[in-house]
Amino acid sequence: MTEHAITPTVDNPPVTFTQAEIGWTPWLQPLAEEDLTERHIKGLVEAARAKSPYFRLLVRDPEVLEARTKTDKDIFYNTRLGLPRAERELAATAASRYNGCIFCASVHSRFASHHSKRGGDVQKLLDEGVEADLGERWNAIVAASVALTATPPIFGEEHVSRLSAAGLDELEIADVIHGAAFFNWANRLMLSLGEPTPAN
Amino acid sequence: MTIASPDIIDLLAGITAGSALDRIRAQRPEAREQAQKSFLALFQPTDFGDVSAAERHAVASFVAGLHRQPDIFEFYISPFEERGTDRWLIEVIKAEIGAGRAKGPYGHYPDGPLRGENEAGPLYQVSPASREALGPKLSAALEHAHLLVFHLRDASPQALQVLLDAGWTTTGVVTLSQLVSFVAFQIRVIAGLAVLSTAAKRAAA
Repeated sequence: MTEHAITPTVDNPPVTFTQAEIGWTPWLQPLAEEDLTERHIKGLVEAARAKSPYFRLLVRDPEVLEARTKTDKDIFYNTRLGLPRAERELAATAASRYNGCIFCASVHSRFASHHSKRGGDVQKLLDEGVEADLGERWNAIVAASVALTATPPIFGEEHVSRLSAAGLDELEIADVIHGAAFFNWANRLMLSLGEPTPAN
Repeated sequence: MTIASPDIIDLLAGITAGSALDRIRAQRPEAREQAQKSFLALFQPTDFGDVSAAERHAVASFVAGLHRQPDIFEFYISPFEERGTDRWLIEVIKAEIGAGRAKGPYGHYPDGPLRGENEAGPLYQVSPASREALGPKLSAALEHAHLLVFHLRDASPQALQVLLDAGWTTTGVVTLSQLVSFVAFQIRVIAGLAVLSTAAKRAAA
């Protein structure tokens, strides 16, 4: 039997890039919380994620979701060495801004602002786009993230040189690469499996 | 049964044991291991569920080809080369990659101030001859993969309904979406680390 996509009616949908806490609603039926098995719970990694329709949709393929979530966490939260969290979130925001994922950009711009205390510059990236002037170090991170997000990617040695000149070592450059690359995974899921809803 | 697979990102980015990039990747051990586990969960799952191995490899090689990554294309297409009976499929996918080439991201924003940033680009459809050969299910998957690769912001519930009407299940669409999106990630890690590796070797020389 053919299954059906959901076409939600969203009043006042977010139509600009924002740091507000907007929501997201799926276009395919998530699993019901009461139907989650042990295998699904393991796939969610954190039990609290069972409350999220996004994760209850992705958990239809639990092994992929589990590995994806653990990849995500190490790329963004393993900050003992390497690029500060704020700048990993900046790479995520730049990729999301360039691909056009309003929801992803909202979450990760908030994180970038929180960790950097540079909310005004982050907002400038959202308002003006990836050409915004945020100072050379951030400009270099944004430019590298955008070059990697372009399809096909146009990231080259000039981007590495610019990051290096801005003070990033090789591990930190690898963190920019991973942060931007990961959002080329996340943006595609968020944009294609549902849509943003307004802040409460 | 699977023998221990090599780390695919290391393999395709040319990262060898003991190199500078090997040491850098070792600083993010969980990301390295879980990116590989993501690959295994998508391409060597215990249960293929609603998406066959051939469908997975066909879509992944199409995505790699659209990204103009010949080595990654070759990696994903190789299972078809090992079986003489699948050579037609390689030719069809190559032809569709040629027809689907574009530069992204393009597409439309919701009505509002961002409309000024809308960018036009091709709406790819599988050719009638290829559709005949691939069948409706795989053809719909390639068309959806093209949308996800190049103009993700044009995605819609209607695009998902096209997949469901072509024989995909809801769970199958989740796996397909993860697969295309994972390969988009993997390609960028490989491309990025390969550039960094070259730059690191030059700096050390």
